[in-house]
Amino acid sequence: MSATLASPPPAGSGRLTLRLLMLGAVLLLAVLPALNRLPADSALHVSDFIVSVSGKWITYAILALAIDLAWGYAGILSLGHGAFFTLGGYAIGMHLMRLIGPRGVYGHPVLPDFMVFLGYKELPWYWLGFDHFPFALLMAMAVPGLLAAVVGYLAFRSRITGVYFSIITQAMTYALMLAFFRNDMGFGGNNGFTDFKELLGMPLNTPTARSALFYASLALLVLSYALCSRITQSKLGRVLVAIRDAESRVRFLGYDVTRHKLFVFVLSAVLAGLAGALYVPQVGIINPGEFSPGNSIEAVIWVAVGGRGTLVGALLGAFSVNALKTWLTTVAPDLWLFALGGLFVAVTLFLPRGLIGLVSKVAK
Amino acid sequence: MTSLILRMAFLLLLALPAWAQEKDYAATLPGLAGGFGEIAGAVERLGALGDPRALPVLQALQEGKLLKAGDGHVLVPRGAGYADAATGAPADPAGAEPVRLNNRVRQALRGALGRLQLVSPDAVERGAAAEAIFRSRSAEDVPLLQAAIGREQDAGVRARLELALAAAQLVAPDDSVKRDAIARLGAAGTVEARALLLEARAAAPALAGPIEAAIARIDQSLAIRRAAETLFQGLSLGSVLLLAALGLAVTFGVMGVINMAHGEFVMLGAYATFAVQELCRGIPWLAPWSLPLSVPAAFLVTAACGALLERGLIRHLYGRPLETLLMTFGVGMIIQQAVRLAFGAQNREVISPSWMQGTITLPGGVAVTQNRLWIIVFGLLVLALVFAAIRLTRFGLEMRAVVQNRRIAATMGIRTGRVDAMTFAFGSGLAGMAGVALSQIDNVSPNLGTGYIIDSFMVVVFGGVGSLAGTLVGALTLGVVNKMLEPYAGAVLAKVFVLVAIMLFIQRRPKGLFALKGRAAES
Repeated sequence: MSATLASPPPAGSGRLTLRLLMLGAVLLLAVLPALNRLPADSALHVSDFIVSVSGKWITYAILALAIDLAWGYAGILSLGHGAFFTLGGYAIGMHLMRLIGPRGVYGHPVLPDFMVFLGYKELPWYWLGFDHFPFALLMAMAVPGLLAAVVGYLAFRSRITGVYFSIITQAMTYALMLAFFRNDMGFGGNNGFTDFKELLGMPLNTPTARSALFYASLALLVLSYALCSRITQSKLGRVLVAIRDAESRVRFLGYDVTRHKLFVFVLSAVLAGLAGALYVPQVGIINPGEFSPGNSIEAVIWVAVGGRGTLVGALLGAFSVNALKTWLTTVAPDLWLFALGGLFVAVTLFLPRGLIGLVSKVAK
Repeated sequence: MTSLILRMAFLLLLALPAWAQEKDYAATLPGLAGGFGEIAGAVERLGALGDPRALPVLQALQEGKLLKAGDGHVLVPRGAGYADAATGAPADPAGAEPVRLNNRVRQALRGALGRLQLVSPDAVERGAAAEAIFRSRSAEDVPLLQAAIGREQDAGVRARLELALAAAQLVAPDDSVKRDAIARLGAAGTVEARALLLEARAAAPALAGPIEAAIARIDQSLAIRRAAETLFQGLSLGSVLLLAALGLAVTFGVMGVINMAHGEFVMLGAYATFAVQELCRGIPWLAPWSLPLSVPAAFLVTAACGALLERGLIRHLYGRPLETLLMTFGVGMIIQQAVRLAFGAQNREVISPSWMQGTITLPGGVAVTQNRLWIIVFGLLVLALVFAAIRLTRFGLEMRAVVQNRRIAATMGIRTGRVDAMTFAFGSGLAGMAGVALSQIDNVSPNLGTGYIIDSFMVVVFGGVGSLAGTLVGALTLGVVNKMLEPYAGAVLAKVFVLVAIMLFIQRRPKGLFALKGRAAES
């Protein structure tokens, strides 16, 4: 994990071009819901499918940013970021379940359907408070953040780095998956949560709700990008890169490596949790399958494909790999896993700096 | 054939008392041709005599097929015709009429038949008779049972007879007999004996003391047996983990290459087993040996895949473990999808050869399934093989030399690239052998490996990277702890607990149980 990755910030005109490109992309995304409202026969009409899919991809892009911040900059390869994403999703899912109220199949005024089905008499204590949106949102950040803090503290303190940390985070998300599959965890077991009705007074599955969630995701993406680029360009960011490239040396220079790593890992988990919280109302379902280690590692490959160590790369990777996935799984579903596996091999062997690296090489 | 021999042996065994009973038996039969009172008396007497020849007679009587001739002889149906019940000689049924039954005779018949079944040559029937007596539980059966126990050869039937005897003795009027029965029930140490004692405690408060003691004794022996069974299950799970982790101990532990496709190599080994089985299916004399044959086959297939992977891809990424991790994960996905397309997504069945099926009951009643026992043996054999390969062969020496100091090894003339490829192939081949074992206890499906890969990494990390002893102890510990937690927490939560425990454990010992010390630990 030595050298070669320290990415010099694109200088002068290159940087300007990049910024203009990004602004253009954000604007393009921003008009999508508006174009969706145009009459269906209009040339500029955008289908519901495209809006909902891009809304989903934006949350993926936030997850990719979070992974890039930890892996690309601080060298912490977490194979469990899907767990933080999913925990955020479960937090908001609990809120959405509470909002269903008596409209469930069993019509119980308080308990969600699956609890009635499993014979619960009253709401478990850890469900209390989730009927308030601010609380649920807080939990969508606090639970992943806390988990990351505990796992990160234990790992970084005993200097567990590199692949060991990766394996431990993978075991973490695997353990969570097994735990959430259990019915008596009180999170709907195998089926998870679905059949949501409304959020913040908006009935879901209407154009209004779709565009509201879309804009919320876009806003969070822009904010996260701003925050991450602020961090990476600050002195803190330089220390993180230094830790990535020569951890022991940074420690000997007197920096508190554990604290720096812990900070970036927790922040990254919170971002992932928020992304999950925006993902769930858009797809309308959350189940333990989202915890599967494969999901986390797939998110890592977005970052690798785009180019880690550059924030734009993470975004580019998330959008391009998911576009490929959406296209290929409709055209030739059997080929998708070959393509994804091939991406893992090709990127690590031939494109260590991802698409961004390729672009800057070609530009030279 | 065997049943005939058994029957002859049994008859031989019965010959002496039977000869003494001969006269009684023949003398009792004419009673069956008399009035209802006489018939009932004869039935009871026949039951008490315990002569096996009486059984078909009484059964014929129950079914209304017993005939009485005018001269006091009774005829039993045999084949298409009839035979004299006393001599067994064929007889002419002309002029004979059926023996009739009334309720008193029927009642006598039921008791007599139950007792006669105790002397039946068929072990299943004797077992059923013991069961029936156990349920009816009358003190009068005690001498009968004692006699039956004395001549019983089958251990299973004898245990049931003894239980029935103790049950009968528990309702006997004599207190010392009861105490004796209680003590023997306590020694039997079975769940049935415990239930019987609980029942007796309610019926006889005076004997509460010895009964409690006997129950406590049973509970203790049951607990020991349960612990032994848990231990066995844990060891068998542990040896599965050991098999899956040994390959990792070589590739990850010795070479430091993290191979996320290891689980897929295990899966390939299981499919190789399936393929060998299908190939052997057409050759009858080979079919029972397809499983031992698939061990080298699986090893070769996965070792070849491993060598290919190392030479083609992994060697370009030496020194970049995170990239190796991602790349091999991708390779794993490709292998999995290729197998899914080639063999289909459904489970494939690998049949256990007959010599691996069934259970063995160890002394003390601990039941052990044979295929799990074989897996433990196989796991230890493979461990010995790995140890020998690393410590005793030229290849192992070169491998250790390359790991310790690649450059100096190269200057000594060791072809390090070739050693790398062979080491990786060896580790991958071990994964294939693990696949052979897994095909015996798990579904052979394309995602067979994913369930084991995380556990195996945990074993290696827990035991200490690069230490075979650590892998052994780590695997067995994880297996046993997992199985010990299962009754309390359920299978899933037990797994979660173990994962959490490992995370906490490596806080204390980041290098695992058996940390390498000295210079080798630094790399």
